Amino acid sequence: MTTSNSANLNQQISATADSRSEWSQAWRRFRANRIAVGGLVVIVLLVLMAIFAPLLSPYDPIDEIFRGMRGGSPTLAHPFGYDHLGRDLLSRVIFGTRVALIVGLLATGIAVTLGVVIGAVAGYLGSWEDTLISRVIDTLMAFPIIALLVVLAAVLGPSLVTTVVVIGVTGWARFARVVRADIMSLKATDFVTAARAVGVRDWRIIWRHLLPNVMGPIIVLATLGIGGIIILESALSFLGLGIRPPNPSWGGTLADGRAFILRFPHIAFFPGLMIVITVLAFNFLGDGLRDALDPRERD
Amino acid sequence: MLTYIARRILQGAVVIVLISVGTFFVIRLMPGDPTYLLLGEGEIRISQEQMEAIRARWGLDRPHHEQFFIWAWNLLRGDFGDSLIRKGIPVRQMIFEAIPVTAILNVTSLALALLVAIPAGIIAGVRRNSSFDYSTAVGSTLGVALPNFWLALMLIVLFALYVPRWFGDLPLIGRIPPFGLKSWQGYILPVLVLTTEQMAVLTRVMRASTLEVLTQDYVRTAYAKGLPNTIVLVRHAVRNALLPVVTVIGFRVAFILSGTIVVETVFAIPGIGRLFTDSIFRLDYQVVQSLVVVLAVLVVVVNLLTDLTYAIIDPRIRIN
Repeated sequence: MTTSNSANLNQQISATADSRSEWSQAWRRFRANRIAVGGLVVIVLLVLMAIFAPLLSPYDPIDEIFRGMRGGSPTLAHPFGYDHLGRDLLSRVIFGTRVALIVGLLATGIAVTLGVVIGAVAGYLGSWEDTLISRVIDTLMAFPIIALLVVLAAVLGPSLVTTVVVIGVTGWARFARVVRADIMSLKATDFVTAARAVGVRDWRIIWRHLLPNVMGPIIVLATLGIGGIIILESALSFLGLGIRPPNPSWGGTLADGRAFILRFPHIAFFPGLMIVITVLAFNFLGDGLRDALDPRERD
Repeated sequence: MLTYIARRILQGAVVIVLISVGTFFVIRLMPGDPTYLLLGEGEIRISQEQMEAIRARWGLDRPHHEQFFIWAWNLLRGDFGDSLIRKGIPVRQMIFEAIPVTAILNVTSLALALLVAIPAGIIAGVRRNSSFDYSTAVGSTLGVALPNFWLALMLIVLFALYVPRWFGDLPLIGRIPPFGLKSWQGYILPVLVLTTEQMAVLTRVMRASTLEVLTQDYVRTAYAKGLPNTIVLVRHAVRNALLPVVTVIGFRVAFILSGTIVVETVFAIPGIGRLFTDSIFRLDYQVVQSLVVVLAVLVVVVNLLTDLTYAIIDPRIRIN
């Protein structure tokens, strides 16, 4: 009992020491990557913009309608111009950051959680559970995701909650696939056999010994996925199945702009630009994290 | 090989069955009663009996699982039923009219994308860290981050608003229409949009696989034999570097179809994607559920074909 306890302690101590140096090494590699740090800075700014949207936006995004200014072009007081109803476009775009980030982060959170749990179960248990889960993963990966989102959003009724849940619940497959494959190969390693020989229970092996080893790739995949999810959200809002008007979202404003694209092209221009900037920032961050966390994959 | 093919076909069939069962029941949860939509807008007085008659005519009065088996059996016989909303038009006809439009759009853009992405990826990989490498990296990074619906709108603004204003009609092309497919010029903008994303992704893949192949022993051997640079590249490197591109194309069919749904809606193009969104908004069950199955079959078949192509052209793949 004492020996196993001290062995356990030793193992824990060396594990913390190792992981600390590994993470700090990764952080050093990440800091050296200027593009990735730039992406991180932009994301921090976007988060601040979302939090302080009421303070930053010069006008009310919904209620303040300027008469006679429908589709008005940008001016000094309204740098992004007016939308199709005469509301200040800059304020609507600033508030739209909230929707983009909430959906991007929450939906990714749901997808990662589901993916890790389902993938770990499939990879660890093997047998018929694995076969069943693998078929479901294949199905989700094979299907044009936007078609699924459109159907589900139409069924549940479009709203912010629907958008988050629907994107999260349909997006776990790629995480599950990576976790499953990694867990399957890790399961055969000596430290898992050792843990099992000592009598460690299955869920503890998964939680303490396997998942920490899979976290690197998952963090990278999640970060790279956020951009895609923000595009999905705006596509859904663009098709009229995401965030409901009058609430400001980038995709929704783009859809407003679409109807007047040849008369007031600026309405569609600015929200799209914000989407591009945000997606680029998350992609740069993700690329940087990949290089930092897994130097072997560097090209 | 034969058992492998048989297993893959069986797996594909399972995927298709899962998707059709899923869609059929999910769609029936949609709010709104198609019976009312059939009657059209406005205050139409209708008796309970008439209502029942309409429901019976469309089989909407039967239990859901019965409706499903009737529908699935008809599908297997190639009968997709009639559109609920566009009265009397067979769904099959609607889908078969839309497929060529979508096929032309996507095959053209995929071909264009490959035409650019393969040489660009090879050159970027061979001349690593050159200015060409950096500019393709910037281009493909942007291409991935641009939402296709926004790119579509911006191209409409550029080519339908500013180009005619600044330059008048273009030589050979004339005026590019912003929406619809009344003339061949209507294809230009949607193809451009669909090409951009594929091009960005495929250039990346091609560059990465070129880099990978160049470190292989057989490339070093070829150089050691004294073969000229071009022969090594063309015969040894590129041929092998093309393999991952085949897989990625198969893998991306689902994404390509997603792109079509949005792009066709923006440009008001009467293809599969537009039919899909229109039918969703009209609650046209018959069309939506049949379309979903058609899409699923398409994806499964293309995936199977790419995997088989891969196995045939690359003898190193051992099928177990």
